[in-house]
Amino acid sequence: MTSIATAGASVSEQHATIAGARPWQRLVLLAVGLVVALGLPWFVYPPVAMDIAAWALFAVALDLLLGYCGLLSFGHAAFWGGSAYVTGLIAIHLGVPFPVAVLGGALFAMVLAVPIGYLSVKRSGIYFAMVTLAFAQMLFFIANQASSLTGGENGLQGVPRSFFGIEAVETDSFFFYYAALPIILLGMWAAWRIVHSPFGRVLVAIRDNAPRARALGYDVERYKLIVFVLSAGLSGLAGGVFAVSHGFVALPELHWATSGEVVLMTVLGGIGTLWGGVIGAALIVMLADYLASSGFDGIGIVTGAVFVTVVLLFRRGIWGTARHLWLSRRRS
Amino acid sequence: MSAVLQYTVQGLAAGSFYALAALGLAVIFGVLGVVNFAHGAFYMLGAVAAAVLLDTLGLSLWGALIVVPLLMLVFGMLVERLLVQWLLPLDPLYNLLLTFGLTLLLVDLVKRRYGVSGLPYERPSALSGRVEVGGVGLPVYQLFVIGVALLVCLGVWLLMTRTRVGMIVRAATERPELAGALGINVGRWVTPVFGFGVALAGLAGVLAAPFRAITAEMGSDFIIILFAVVVIGGLGSIVGAVVGGFLVGLVEAFGQAYAPTFAQVLIFVLMAVVVLARPAGLFGREEATA
Repeated sequence: MTSIATAGASVSEQHATIAGARPWQRLVLLAVGLVVALGLPWFVYPPVAMDIAAWALFAVALDLLLGYCGLLSFGHAAFWGGSAYVTGLIAIHLGVPFPVAVLGGALFAMVLAVPIGYLSVKRSGIYFAMVTLAFAQMLFFIANQASSLTGGENGLQGVPRSFFGIEAVETDSFFFYYAALPIILLGMWAAWRIVHSPFGRVLVAIRDNAPRARALGYDVERYKLIVFVLSAGLSGLAGGVFAVSHGFVALPELHWATSGEVVLMTVLGGIGTLWGGVIGAALIVMLADYLASSGFDGIGIVTGAVFVTVVLLFRRGIWGTARHLWLSRRRS
Repeated sequence: MSAVLQYTVQGLAAGSFYALAALGLAVIFGVLGVVNFAHGAFYMLGAVAAAVLLDTLGLSLWGALIVVPLLMLVFGMLVERLLVQWLLPLDPLYNLLLTFGLTLLLVDLVKRRYGVSGLPYERPSALSGRVEVGGVGLPVYQLFVIGVALLVCLGVWLLMTRTRVGMIVRAATERPELAGALGINVGRWVTPVFGFGVALAGLAGVLAAPFRAITAEMGSDFIIILFAVVVIGGLGSIVGAVVGGFLVGLVEAFGQAYAPTFAQVLIFVLMAVVVLARPAGLFGREEATA
C-alpha cells in the first residue's frame, strides 16, 4: 500500500526534485516566490495577505511532518493556537517587540511538542492522527478552563504590536506585513533546510521503510520526535505572527477544526511537495475571505466539499499535479 | 453512598452513548480499516432526525428508536457506495480525510437549515421522573438509556459470536484474504457493515436527543471523546469499544462531581496512561499496530 505521504509526488519524483532540479529553475521559482510574497499586500487587503503568509508557513510546517515523515498530525492546532496565546500573553504583559514575543510563542510550542510527540510517535498512521487530535483537544479544554489567563470564550483581547516604537508598523497593517514577513520567510527557509539536509534524507528513509531505517541503526522514534518538535516550532512561529496581526487570540485557534483546515491546505497544495501548502493556504484563505465578505455563513459546506473532492479525485494536489506534468513532459 | 450511586448511573448513561457509537466505529474499522471521522456528525444527524420527525410527523421516541437507525443505515450505505469505497484500496488516512470533509459539510448544512440554537425535544412522560432504588432517586431516563445500550451491545455480541453472518464478518475482519480463499465474498459485507456502524451512531443520537442539547455542533466534542474511547479500548476491538465507552463515561461523571476543573482533561490523561502502558489499547492486539 502506498503511503499518503507520497500523494503529491511519487518517490522518484521527489528524489528527482531534491537531487536533480536544475539550479536556474530553482532560482526562477525562488525569485517568483519572493516577488509574490513582497507584492502581495499591494493586491490583497494587507491583513488578509498576512493571514495567507501565516497559514502558508503553518501548512509548510505540517507538510514537513506529513510529506517527509509520513505522520499525519490532526493536532497541530495545539502548536499554532498554543503559540498564539503565549505570544499574546508575552506581548501584553512584557511589552517586548513583537518578534521577540513570537519567538517566545514558538519556543513554547516546541516545549509543548516534546511530551505530546513522545506519546504520539509510539504509534503511526491512523493512530498517530487520533492521538495527536485528542491531545490537542485537551489543550483546547485547558485553555477554556483557564479563563483568567486566556480570556476563555471571549478570547485573549488587546494583543499589542510593539515594534521599537516605529508607529507605521504598529498601526498600519500594510507596514506590519513587511515587518512580519521575514519571520515567515525564515521559517520557510528552515523547513527547506531541514528537508535538504542529511537529517531530512534520514526522515525520508524512515517514511519509506521504517524497519529498514531501524536496521541501519537509526533511532526511528527519536527522529520522528525531533521532526515533530521542529514542525511544532514552525507552526508556532506562524501562530504567533497570526496572533499579533489580529491583535487578539480566539479559542477556535486551538480547536480541531483548525488542525483540519491546515491539513486541507496541505492536501490541496500537494502532500510531500513542501511549497504546495503555500498555494493551498492562499486559495483557502482567499476563499474564506470572499465567502465571509459576501455574507455566506456556511463556509464548512464549501471547504468540506473541496476536501471531499480533492481526496477523491485530485490526490496529487495543485503543486503535485503541476510538477508531475512538468517532469513527465521533460522525460518525453 | 447515595451520591456515588447517582454518579455511577449518570456516568453509565453518558457512557452508553460513547459505547454505542464506539461500537459502530469499531465494527467499521474492523471490516473496512476506516476510521470514520464523520461518526460524530452521524450521531448529531440521529438526534436532529429524531427531533425533526417528532416535530413534523409527531413520531414518538419509541418510533424514532426504530425509524432513525434504519434511515441512518440507508444513509451510511449510500455514503459507502458513493464515497468511501473509492478510497478503500489506498492508505486508510485518505478515508479519515474524506470523512473529515464530510463532517464539515454535514455540520454546516444542518447549521444553515436548523440554525445554531438547539432544537427542542420532550422526553415521553413514561421516561421522565425518578425511581427509588435503595433510598436513592435515580432518573428513569438514564436507567432507560443504560438498559437500551446494554441490550444493543449484547445483541451485537450475540450477532458476532453466535450467527453465521457474525462469523463471516469476524473472518473478514481478521483474515480477509483467507476468508476470500475459502469462498466468502468479503466485499459484499463492506457496505452493510458501514451502514450498520452508522446506524449505531444514529441510535446513540436518538437516545441523546431528550438528554442533550440538539445542535449541529453536538458531535464536535463527541467525536474527540470517541477517539479517546477507541484508543483506550483498542481500535477495532468490539469489547474494548464497549468497556472503553462506559469507562470514559464514568471518569467523566466522577470527574465532574469531584474535580470539575479537570473533568474534561481526565479522559485524555487516562488515554495518555493507556498509550504509555499498553500502546495497542486495553483490548487491542499488538499486531494491529499500523
